[in-house]
Amino acid sequence: MKKIFSLLLVVVMLVASLGVLTACDDKQTTADFKIGFIFLHDENSTYDKNFLEAAESATAELGLKPEQVIFKTNVPEGNECYEAAADLADQGCNIVFANSFGHEPYMLKAAKEFPEVEFCHATGTTAHTEKVANFHNAFASIYEGRYLAGIAAGMKLNEMIESGKITADKAKMGYVGAFTYAEVVSGYTSFYLGAKSVCPSVTMEVQFTGSWYDEALEKEAATKLLSNNCVLISQHADSMGAPTACENAGVPNVSYNGSTLSACPNTFIVSSRIDWSPYFKYIINAALNDEEIAADWCEGFEVGSVKLTDINENVAAKGTKEAIEAAKAKLISGELKVFDTDTFTVDGKKLDSYIADVDTDAAYEKDTEVISDGYFHESEKRSAPYFDLNIDGITLLNSAF
Amino acid sequence: MKKINNFCWSALFKVKSHIIKRDELIWWKAWGIRVIAVFLALIVCGIVTVSLTDLNPVEMYITMIEGAIGTSRLAWNLFQNTAILLCVALAVTPAFKMKFWNIGGEGQILIGGFTTAICMIFLGGVIPDGLLIPIMFLASIISGAIWGLIPAIFKTRFNSNETLFTLMMNYVAVQIVAYYTLEWSVPKGSGTPRPLEFGQLPVLFGQKYLINILIVAVITVIVYIYLKYSKQGYEISVVGESEKTARYIGINVGKVVLRTMAISGALCGVAGFLLVAGTDHSLKSDTSGGRGFTAIMVSWLAKFDPIFMILTSLLIVFLQKGASKISEVYRLNSSFSDIITGIIIFFIIGCEFFINYKIKFNKKEANV
Repeated sequence: MKKIFSLLLVVVMLVASLGVLTACDDKQTTADFKIGFIFLHDENSTYDKNFLEAAESATAELGLKPEQVIFKTNVPEGNECYEAAADLADQGCNIVFANSFGHEPYMLKAAKEFPEVEFCHATGTTAHTEKVANFHNAFASIYEGRYLAGIAAGMKLNEMIESGKITADKAKMGYVGAFTYAEVVSGYTSFYLGAKSVCPSVTMEVQFTGSWYDEALEKEAATKLLSNNCVLISQHADSMGAPTACENAGVPNVSYNGSTLSACPNTFIVSSRIDWSPYFKYIINAALNDEEIAADWCEGFEVGSVKLTDINENVAAKGTKEAIEAAKAKLISGELKVFDTDTFTVDGKKLDSYIADVDTDAAYEKDTEVISDGYFHESEKRSAPYFDLNIDGITLLNSAF
Repeated sequence: MKKINNFCWSALFKVKSHIIKRDELIWWKAWGIRVIAVFLALIVCGIVTVSLTDLNPVEMYITMIEGAIGTSRLAWNLFQNTAILLCVALAVTPAFKMKFWNIGGEGQILIGGFTTAICMIFLGGVIPDGLLIPIMFLASIISGAIWGLIPAIFKTRFNSNETLFTLMMNYVAVQIVAYYTLEWSVPKGSGTPRPLEFGQLPVLFGQKYLINILIVAVITVIVYIYLKYSKQGYEISVVGESEKTARYIGINVGKVVLRTMAISGALCGVAGFLLVAGTDHSLKSDTSGGRGFTAIMVSWLAKFDPIFMILTSLLIVFLQKGASKISEVYRLNSSFSDIITGIIIFFIIGCEFFINYKIKFNKKEANV
């Protein structure tokens, strides 16, 4: 009897759900615009918080009502992402956006299934080779922002040298990286070059965690760098691990993704970040006006995609703001290039040619010449960074491929 | 009727009552208690919702249902997730029934998925899918069984603690998979798993998850028959009840432990196979998604009965899906939906107490 009853219950639940699903299967046909966002984590991750706030401000600015904007948080980089994207398309979204690198293959799969919906993916690499009309990649020339943040770091090192706290040869920075991946390599190299542009004796050590988000590991990596006598730390990993370790040790920190001033008032100098709201406004306007969205979109200071937070004057060296403003003007005018081949060497040699892996493939084949006119053309052949050179002055303590 | 713990209860709480173990309740009474528990849970959730947010609890429950079965896609998604969770629950059940605490489901799933992925990467395109898929299936079964056997061998040989051993085997599996995820990642060094194009399970009747569901349905029937009607199934329950009795009636306990853990691991391996070849078409260290642990709850809630497990796994997945819809619609942090799910599960587990025991309030002349 018990068995029969439970079987009956199962059957009833199945039939009920099938009934509901046939009733709700009709696709929305109203002209109402909708946009859906897929986030890897929620506001507890600095990386996702940056996207969430940009999405909120961009949609509010364009006058979208809350019911026209759907957020899906904590979506893993797996089949769940495809299901989330397809569900957003089912809910009538005109645009579906995903923010994490690993979402890409699943977004692409959904894009092929829903040709009438635009699928936009941040940090991805395959839109320019897959050539699926409704699938788009986006990034920002954040390496320029990193470079400016690097100047703030270099100025701080100079201050320490002048005050006699350290000697010039002890000007060593530490960097906590996620993976030994081009996006991270491009980030720490531009940061280092920024520091080197004002403090020529600077060196840097990089410790990788092998994870995009692991607070304990990031803290541990920062602590290791501190015990190696690094006098300033920066990071490219998404938790508060490294900034907190710096605050505890009283060592200055240059942050990423957003200000960590409130948690680290005594050590935070400045942070570079990508402001995604210009991109969100761009794709929403394009969809509303029936215009095409670029397959690869990468912008910088001019449209406000790359930003620096306010400088923490209590920690930053004097004159930091002015130095950053001057360099920024030169970057915008094109007078200054971050990856100018005169400013760095690889194995002691200046580079005049480099073939990078721009077109993503399983064999990691290097395919595109990226050095010409005396500089490395970062983010020009595709939006996501591909600078993966190991330049002199930077020591990798480990690698996490 | 058996009185238990009477003294402690009244001494601690100064309540003139005691707990009595019930005889087996008539099925409709037991179900009545469960239904009451769910209602109470919904009321408490309603109170929590109103006090923490300004939402209407009834609307919230409707949203939950919509999130789980609102569209055919969501419903298929619900069934496919239920099927995988059920598969893992069926896998851990023989071991738990034997009182062998296999909390290594997570690792056994991952190793099954790992060998599946190896076949997909290295044999994919070399041999036809029709041959590749059976090889993947076999590989997942064998590797899962080996992963389950290792702690069982140590248990039978050296009487090592199986709880700790199976738990540690999880970490080993996670690290192996994490290493190879990075090694195989595309683009290089990104940590993003390589998409596995060959050896994906076929799409039946236009439904990509149907084959997963059918495979698990077959496994459910097999496990049900195995536990209920086979000699081996009987041996498992005897060993679980009392090892000494089992030995006395001539059961080779060591052999039963090894055999059962091999089966348990093999079924977990199949779950890994379904996840990698049937659902994700990729492998990473969190592919198992905590199912190895959640499945234990599914199995216990159903009192190790495979048919009831269909219900309990459906319930858990339903709550998960519904809760994430609440986060989506009301822009609440996912912690809120975790609270709601927690309250409901607490009541459902808690009501089992009232099914097994009753509280008797004493008359004035208290008996001891």
